[in-house]
Amino acid sequence: MKIHEFQAKAILNAYGVPVPRGEVVTTPADARRAAERLGGAVVLKAQIHAGGRGKAGGIAQASSPQEAERFAERLIGARLVTHQTGPDGRLVKRILVEEQVPVSRELYAGVVLDHRAARPVIMAGAIGGMEIEEVAAKDPESLTRVAVDPALQLQPFHVRRLVSRFALSPSIQRAAAGLLSALYRVFQEQDSSLAEINPLVVTTDGRLLALDAKLNVDDNALFRHPELAALRDPDEELPLEVEASRFGLNYIKLSGNVGCMVNGAGLAMATMDLVKCVGGEPANFLDVGGGASAEQIEQAFRILISDRSVRVVFINIFGGILRCERLAEGVIRAVRSLGVTLPIVVRMEGTNVDQGMRMLTESGLNFITAKGMQDAAEKAVNAARQAVQGSTFKVQR
Amino acid sequence: MSILVDRQTRVVVQGITGKEGTFHALACREYGTRVVAGVTPGKGGVRHEGIPVFDTVREAVDQEGANTALIFVPAAFATEAMFEAIDAAVPLVVCITEGIPTLDMVRVARVLRGSDTRLIGPNCPGIISPGQAKVGIMPGHIHKPGKVGMISRSGTLTYEAVNQLTQLGLGQSTCIGIGGDPIIGTTFVDCLALFENDGATEAILMIGEIGGSAEEEAAAFVERHVTKPVIAYIAGLAAPPERRMGHAGAIISGGRGTATEKIAALQRAGITVVRNPAEVGVAVREAIGSRLTAQS
Repeated sequence: MKIHEFQAKAILNAYGVPVPRGEVVTTPADARRAAERLGGAVVLKAQIHAGGRGKAGGIAQASSPQEAERFAERLIGARLVTHQTGPDGRLVKRILVEEQVPVSRELYAGVVLDHRAARPVIMAGAIGGMEIEEVAAKDPESLTRVAVDPALQLQPFHVRRLVSRFALSPSIQRAAAGLLSALYRVFQEQDSSLAEINPLVVTTDGRLLALDAKLNVDDNALFRHPELAALRDPDEELPLEVEASRFGLNYIKLSGNVGCMVNGAGLAMATMDLVKCVGGEPANFLDVGGGASAEQIEQAFRILISDRSVRVVFINIFGGILRCERLAEGVIRAVRSLGVTLPIVVRMEGTNVDQGMRMLTESGLNFITAKGMQDAAEKAVNAARQAVQGSTFKVQR
Repeated sequence: MSILVDRQTRVVVQGITGKEGTFHALACREYGTRVVAGVTPGKGGVRHEGIPVFDTVREAVDQEGANTALIFVPAAFATEAMFEAIDAAVPLVVCITEGIPTLDMVRVARVLRGSDTRLIGPNCPGIISPGQAKVGIMPGHIHKPGKVGMISRSGTLTYEAVNQLTQLGLGQSTCIGIGGDPIIGTTFVDCLALFENDGATEAILMIGEIGGSAEEEAAAFVERHVTKPVIAYIAGLAAPPERRMGHAGAIISGGRGTATEKIAALQRAGITVVRNPAEVGVAVREAIGSRLTAQS
């Protein structure tokens, strides 16, 4: 889960990481008042869950409170499109107004997880303000990495190695060591998948400040961090995806027209691949989970068909233990109660599959049954094609 | 023959009195697996569906000779359950539980190192040696004893592939679901090494997916150490970047972990890669067939 910059900075600051003075505002007038309190000259930063804000015009310097207000007027309520947001961009609801900081150097500090080594890795970089992947590719020598053995935890010698990369004057070295230790503690204690300060700046008067900060939290750990879970911002996600998550469904919208309903994440991905293989485009990823209860099937249908580009529903369920007659019952009930008129291709496998298939064909509803994944995918893609061409749809049995 | 589980497997189910634990403990027993004990703290001394329940894993090992632990404990307690099984020196631990915090797995991975335990999972369907033992949640009836070794990061997609194999008359030596999380106990490389040394396995099917670099590491290993034919399918060619596709580990991040780069790495290592998930079984048949032709 991602959180906003101002939230990440608040958490870091609580661990002793110095951040610029700032306020979060939601109206232009508040932006002006915040600028007045912060000394007039400020930086305004749009708060969205995406990088690339600077280049997209989401960050600006204002030399006066009036200028801050004018900038906030333009930005609040607008959709900011960056290279990470996709073409629809993200709605800007909040702006972080911060004091302007006189910068003498920009550095990098971050903690990530090395999955292969199963260890957290702390990185200290002599170059800040660029994306770390870019720095690692262009100038790997500027970066020091320390993998921390979880049995050892972070030791002073680790920190000394990292800090030496910054090549700081002795007077602020100690501050940098404290900051790196704090960043690592945040990563550990807040169950992060990424904790990053980029840039970490040295001011002209010799202070260290986290000018920008990013904190991603492990979704699996949210159960033990209710205060972090509360920071989830549904406005940063698509409404249908938020809706799906309420019912324990894993739904990701894509751009095609073949709506897919599958149990299990791997099979759901494979179903998308297969739709492409036979010349179609999947409209979504949808994992209804291992159990796939009748209610989940109904909710899944509702979410699938609220995507207006969907022309056919492709159900691919490998039940195994799930009994097919129960699945069929759930599907029939959902189609009746929601009045689904789209063609529905059903492929299911599992216990009592023949009984389940018979129930579908005898229901009098518009089901297209299929044997095997390939057959089902071809029928689904054909149905989508026919629907797009506007020809009347014929029931195939 | 097979790897990791067989007729000598004696299972202790951790979390046996829960709904999932009960259901699957019985399904495993029905398949023929020797389910010798259960563990639920506070319920030691009772018999649950005829299976003796203990307070601790150590008692199950000492009194019933359990050599494999199967974990159905909820995510918040599963880490401790793994620690307990490792501490009791259970040789094989299979953790089905989904949703375990990644930093917990960092500690588990550290403790595993230097221990006598192999962990499979978490967030996996488990492991089955058809006709011998099923230690997991997969539907037993779709499997058939045979010569294909299978390794997969997925659940239902594994069943799909197994079903294709079985319908073509291709049985399996052992099928291992290694799990969909970023940090797992047993990797593709571990399983490839085991299958390479298993006399009963003639071909190996790998089901990978987007995210991480486990498939690339597997490719490098196959190139140097595997003589048996390896067939692979990588799920997620159609997956968008920066989105987590259900499994915690299935995400293309910063342009890394794409299906395209994994497929390229596997092909460079001489592995047959199937692009259509409906043709996995057929591809395995062809790979085995061409090998037999080459040998004759």
